[in-house]
Amino acid sequence: MIDRLWRPSIVLTAFIFSIPILTIAAFLLQSSADVWQHLLDTVLFDYLTNSALLMFGVGLGTFSIGVTCAWLTSVCQFPGKRLFAWALLLPLAMPAYIIAYTYTGMFDFAGPFQSLIREWTGWGYGDYYFPEIRSIGGAVAMLSFVLYPYVYLLARAAFLDQSVCVLEVSRTLGCNLWGSFYRVALPLARPAIVAGMSLALMETLADYGTVSYFGLGVFTTGIFRTWFGLGDSAAAAKLAAILLLFVFTLVLVERASRRQAQYHHSTNRYQNLPEYRLTGIKGLIACVACMMPLLLGFVLPAIQLGFWAVDTYADMVDESFIELTLHSISLAAVASVLAVMLALFLVYGKRLFGTKAVNASIRVVATGYAIPGTVVAVGVIIPFAWFDNTLDAYLREHYDFSSGLILSGSLFAVMFAYMVRFLAVSIQSVEAGLGKIKHSMDDAARSLGYRPQQTFFKVHLPIMKGSVLTALLIVFVDVMKELPATLILRPFNFNTLAVRAFELASDERLADSSTAALMIVAVGLIPVILLSKSISASRAGS
Amino acid sequence: MTAQLDVQNIDVSYGSHQVLNQVSFTLEPGEIGCMLGPSGCGKTTVLRAIAGFEPVSRGHILVDHREFSSPSFCLPTEKRNIGMVFQDFALFPNMSVAENIGFGLRQWKPKDKQRRIQELLAMIGMPTSAQAYPHQLSGGQQQRVALARAMAPHPGILLLDEPFSSMDIELREQLAREVRNILKQENITAVLVTHDQNEAFAIADNICVINEGRIEQQDSGYNLYHRPGNRFVADFIGQGVMIPAEVVGEFMVKTELGLITNDMPIDSNLLGETVDVLIRPDDVIHDDDSQETAIVVEKAFRGADFLYFLRTDSGTEILCLAPSHHNHKINERIGIRLNLHHLVIFDRT
Repeated sequence: MIDRLWRPSIVLTAFIFSIPILTIAAFLLQSSADVWQHLLDTVLFDYLTNSALLMFGVGLGTFSIGVTCAWLTSVCQFPGKRLFAWALLLPLAMPAYIIAYTYTGMFDFAGPFQSLIREWTGWGYGDYYFPEIRSIGGAVAMLSFVLYPYVYLLARAAFLDQSVCVLEVSRTLGCNLWGSFYRVALPLARPAIVAGMSLALMETLADYGTVSYFGLGVFTTGIFRTWFGLGDSAAAAKLAAILLLFVFTLVLVERASRRQAQYHHSTNRYQNLPEYRLTGIKGLIACVACMMPLLLGFVLPAIQLGFWAVDTYADMVDESFIELTLHSISLAAVASVLAVMLALFLVYGKRLFGTKAVNASIRVVATGYAIPGTVVAVGVIIPFAWFDNTLDAYLREHYDFSSGLILSGSLFAVMFAYMVRFLAVSIQSVEAGLGKIKHSMDDAARSLGYRPQQTFFKVHLPIMKGSVLTALLIVFVDVMKELPATLILRPFNFNTLAVRAFELASDERLADSSTAALMIVAVGLIPVILLSKSISASRAGS
Repeated sequence: MTAQLDVQNIDVSYGSHQVLNQVSFTLEPGEIGCMLGPSGCGKTTVLRAIAGFEPVSRGHILVDHREFSSPSFCLPTEKRNIGMVFQDFALFPNMSVAENIGFGLRQWKPKDKQRRIQELLAMIGMPTSAQAYPHQLSGGQQQRVALARAMAPHPGILLLDEPFSSMDIELREQLAREVRNILKQENITAVLVTHDQNEAFAIADNICVINEGRIEQQDSGYNLYHRPGNRFVADFIGQGVMIPAEVVGEFMVKTELGLITNDMPIDSNLLGETVDVLIRPDDVIHDDDSQETAIVVEKAFRGADFLYFLRTDSGTEILCLAPSHHNHKINERIGIRLNLHHLVIFDRT
């Protein structure tokens, strides 16, 4: 009985949450030659070049930082290695748009850094060259500083997962440490590195805050401008659809590399990896190499935000600040509980009666995470507005009554967009937790006199408590940090911390935005700490 | 507490695939039964049907004359009062040993529960491990905790699904004997599933050899080895070869290794017919004085003895178990003699 209802409702849930993606994808197929031509004549070429440059730059940046640090912290021994192993994840807590305006504040003409140069040298405006932060190059740097941990994390796991034997074999065959790295370790870790870079590039494509603040024309800013500036929703959806194509390519690359990674697994026997001791100047270089990303991606901007906050918090923390903090917290709390409940419903259904349709539906829902917030927002607003207008028109015509906007422009739309984007996170976590519970444990509990519901509460829940909490926490933090979808979909005059920080920064009130930004960073630290704990315990066999 | 198990002609199907076909057997209270067969033969399905995890599409499962399963009825597992030990033990990783063992005793009074846990811990020889967690235990210890957990609520029937398969081979038979002692001590009716005949011999009173969803033979280990009922059982249990023979008298067959006398009359319909006779390695004795000889094709040193693979002049291959000090070379010709009093005969139709 219950499974007869459960299975179709999983498919239905998956369908509901794919509506935004389907809507956008439909715009790809829809022929609208004039819109297309207009985009082609005006902005499309710019968007494509800028996005390509950005992806290339961030790809290169995250690869070099991520792989170098991963290799150093997994097989070398040098001063500070233990600290770096987890601290290198800290930049994950720093949203790109926050680091972007922090750096702008520090390094633009009026900032402390250039002022100091002028003071020391006596130069004036135009007497010296200083790289412009608000440029493609600047955006590449900002995004690389905060996104390299994706590559670092997966590459390091892959290095640690490699058998000590293959490394030792390569050395008995005459490769030195660096030779082993290039000829054995790096090729073996390639799928993991590619997966990490795909994730970083997805985030790059999804970024709105940084590129918008830097005034760069890429897809996300283009969608925003076309929609709100030009009021052309069809063109905006078309741009979103092209962006979606990019994203899906990355999703496919990422999935393929993860599958491949299983085959690159070289052993099931583990022993502690040898630690190549780097001393003297080599040790110092390694230490500096790991210190730089940490400083640039976290410590420096955090200190700057701290100074600003100390200066301004007295003016900023007032009733309205407390209100928007409460907004953020309550949105995040409701979203995380909802996401975990939906995830439990979906993943449990899959475990109990995972048919092909059910598994496929869950995979569809799980792609939501890759979809940029701007695209999700456009994909939510179009069908919702259609529904509202249709309902309103119908009621007016037949009952002379206006329903107004029910779905669009409401918190419901915001929440719906959060689910589309973050359900994947909770699903992944809950699935990992449930995976630890073998089917024989269910059978054991049943044979010891427990009914299915009792089995759930007495066996399953205690075992997956950790995973459920993790899912709650990660969704909570993701929602706190979320910017573009909230910006587009929020009801009039409804603000969150992220939106407020971004608005203040856009108004060049950098110092004033620091309190909100620091709070977001502080909350963002929680999952990073969890993550660093779990990776230090993740080495199999120990 | 201990119960009689009566499985009557059950069929079990997964979709259109019929896994069990007319399986029947009975275990008296306190008797230990074993489902023995190659992998994929359906033996685990028998257990799952008894446990109530799989419904039967034909036949009945009765425990102490009470119906547990029929095509129209399936008593839920949790109401069957059965214990089950799983292949992977399925210990709850978040609970201590004592909590695992006490898991099925939630309706007991705390004092009784504590006493029962202590009693079982003592029985499995781990009285000091109550507070340990499963991941801190060795495989053998986990296995004993799983057994204790299944036995704690005094189940009427205990089911064991390949309980030793993840153990080292050296440990298996020792553990099987230990488990048998524990089961006998508690006088519990048990069904064990295994593909390892030595394990089955070590633990069971009564063994069902299963093949492709059917019971081929239900018997004691001794009889399965010495009196196999059909070619499958003869082949599956122990080692041996079939050699052709002609029935030449009421008690006698003629083989290329000479005349063999049976200890009981042979079916008179077979007189004059050519039949197959099962020759076990221990039926062939190495004897340097014997007239009959064969060539060593291959040999396996097994410590106390050698297993020789021999070829007779006519090309028939037979096995011979010889004491370890008779060390012969490959291609050497050695004398053999049959020492066989009970014939296992299969007609060739």
